[in-house]
Amino acid sequence: MWSRLVSLGLRAPVGGRQGFTSKVDPQGSGRITAQVIEHLERLALVDFGSREAVARLEKAIAFADRLRAVDTDGVEPMESVLEDRCLYLRSDNVVEGNCADELLQNSHRVVEEYFVAPPGNISLPKLDGQEPFRHS
Amino acid sequence: MAAPMLRWVGRGRRWTFARVDGGSCHRRGAPTGSTSNRIREQSSVAQQPLYTTQKPRKGEHKWAAVVGLEIHAQISSNSKLFSGSQVRFSAPPNSLVSFFDASLPGTLPVLNRRCVEAAVMTGLALNCHINKKSLFDRKHYFYADLPAGYQITQQRLPIAVNGSLTYGVCAGKKQSQVIPKTVRIKQIQLEQDSGKSLHDDLRSQTLIDLNRAGVGLLEVVLEPDLSCGEEAAAAVRELQLILQALGTSQANMAEGQLRVDANISVHHPGEPLGVRTEVKNLNSIRFLAKAIDYEIQRQIDELENGGEILNETRSFHHQLGYTMSMRDKEGKQDYRFMPEPNLPPLVLYDATSLPAGADPQQVINIDQIRETLPELPSVTRERLVQQYGMLLEHSFTLLNEVGLLEFFQNVIKETRAEPKKVTSWVLNTFLGYLKQQNLAVSESPVTPSALAELLDLLDSRAISSAAAKQVMDLKEGNPRAINKLIGLVRKATQSRADPAMIKEILEKLSS
Repeated sequence: MWSRLVSLGLRAPVGGRQGFTSKVDPQGSGRITAQVIEHLERLALVDFGSREAVARLEKAIAFADRLRAVDTDGVEPMESVLEDRCLYLRSDNVVEGNCADELLQNSHRVVEEYFVAPPGNISLPKLDGQEPFRHS
Repeated sequence: MAAPMLRWVGRGRRWTFARVDGGSCHRRGAPTGSTSNRIREQSSVAQQPLYTTQKPRKGEHKWAAVVGLEIHAQISSNSKLFSGSQVRFSAPPNSLVSFFDASLPGTLPVLNRRCVEAAVMTGLALNCHINKKSLFDRKHYFYADLPAGYQITQQRLPIAVNGSLTYGVCAGKKQSQVIPKTVRIKQIQLEQDSGKSLHDDLRSQTLIDLNRAGVGLLEVVLEPDLSCGEEAAAAVRELQLILQALGTSQANMAEGQLRVDANISVHHPGEPLGVRTEVKNLNSIRFLAKAIDYEIQRQIDELENGGEILNETRSFHHQLGYTMSMRDKEGKQDYRFMPEPNLPPLVLYDATSLPAGADPQQVINIDQIRETLPELPSVTRERLVQQYGMLLEHSFTLLNEVGLLEFFQNVIKETRAEPKKVTSWVLNTFLGYLKQQNLAVSESPVTPSALAELLDLLDSRAISSAAAKQVMDLKEGNPRAINKLIGLVRKATQSRADPAMIKEILEKLSS
């Protein structure tokens, strides 16, 4: 989860577009509010757990913010590191599937070849001293 | 830019339109060129209320509804959008699922060429601009039937934009006039379908079948140019016919191949747009119209009673005929869109930009696809009008009824009778009989050959024109007799009975 967050920050487009950083740090103080942490935890099901983890996040954002020092006026943002590659087109043939047994073995609970899930999304309880509940 | 179509609302509590056959936002008998009239009415209301003498009762202010549709059509292809597992409607649970569809680590998406072609064809048929470069994105949300935790879609730069869909609405006396209308298409994008959830409330669990996960979808986003259920239904019907003619989707709503979500809001003309609600769970054209009209009325009632409209998602319960809030405890969704890192941009070519010596399997030529487009419904209708001298309304009916066009063309092939006669018999007598017996064309006991023979008899005057006229009179007064008539004549023609005998039968019936 961590590396994905960090790489998200790094890939945040600069040069005019409001990215991830502006929401968190409108005044440049580098502090992230508990509200934002809660929001992130709910969205990404990441458990920040400790003050240390939050501090690390703040440092990551500050690091990404250094991109703003670069003048990118008139430069098209890069969409993907693959943007010069050719997108391979596959023929419309059936070559996969028919492996229900194998797939179902990965599931903790199974009912008659169906995966079993809880009845709906289980929302995280509010962060008031409780352990954030991880939805499996 | 087309402004939302506004409709005059009459007095009284209900949002009454000229209700012709259960719900229509088109005034009965209004001539087609009356838009200037309507505009005059609007502006006069803006300056001075029409009701000056009495205290305004509820429902006296004009309301305009704004409806935007998001249509998801399952692409008709052998395999899925990003994997090689099969696309099929019914199969044992989780048997059509590849490792990628199950989102096992280490798997990557590989784009299906057929799905891209389907998107380009559909874009061209809907007069869209095809983006030579389009991008894939991830739309994140958590739900058990979305194993990856995100859906691959095209949010930033979709494959086709800025198109139009022309459809026809019935209006005028006896619904005999067809008014052409157009709704703008914002964009068409390629995206993945999710799996299916089966809710087992008894055991408080959900059963997940991923057979549908990863199937290619075309999302067609319409601009909010529609203003009532009838228009929405007509537009969706036309889109269905187009997709079926192209072969890009079977677009069968009952089988979930075509799904529609409606965004609905109401406002007073001249004022800013109101808060919109999203209505989901619409799986037939009939319910689509009903749900939209219900929701429009619900919003009007709510606002007229001093309430407010919440920006929420509602689902339509067709047995009960109303929409209900699907209030989400999690609050507003943040989809955290990001570029799909495993897919480069999708680049399309045309005749001029096609790179020399390129592998034909690896390039898609928009011009080549344009040349292979089949006849679209609007062109078919034009052709029927030209070829058989029928009215435009007739051609609409012929195309709207499943199997009717084929039936009609088969009768034409086998009969000597004039096309106009055939048209009249097929659309009036035959179709009327089917409707009365609640049958589909495919279930009709009367075959094209049988009808062709009957018409031949009429044509060769084996049956006198007087008898034929009596048949028509019977039709007006007693539909049951027509069934008997057709059945009897069918029997008679199949056993090669003497034309004189047929005449006798007819005269007996008409007495």
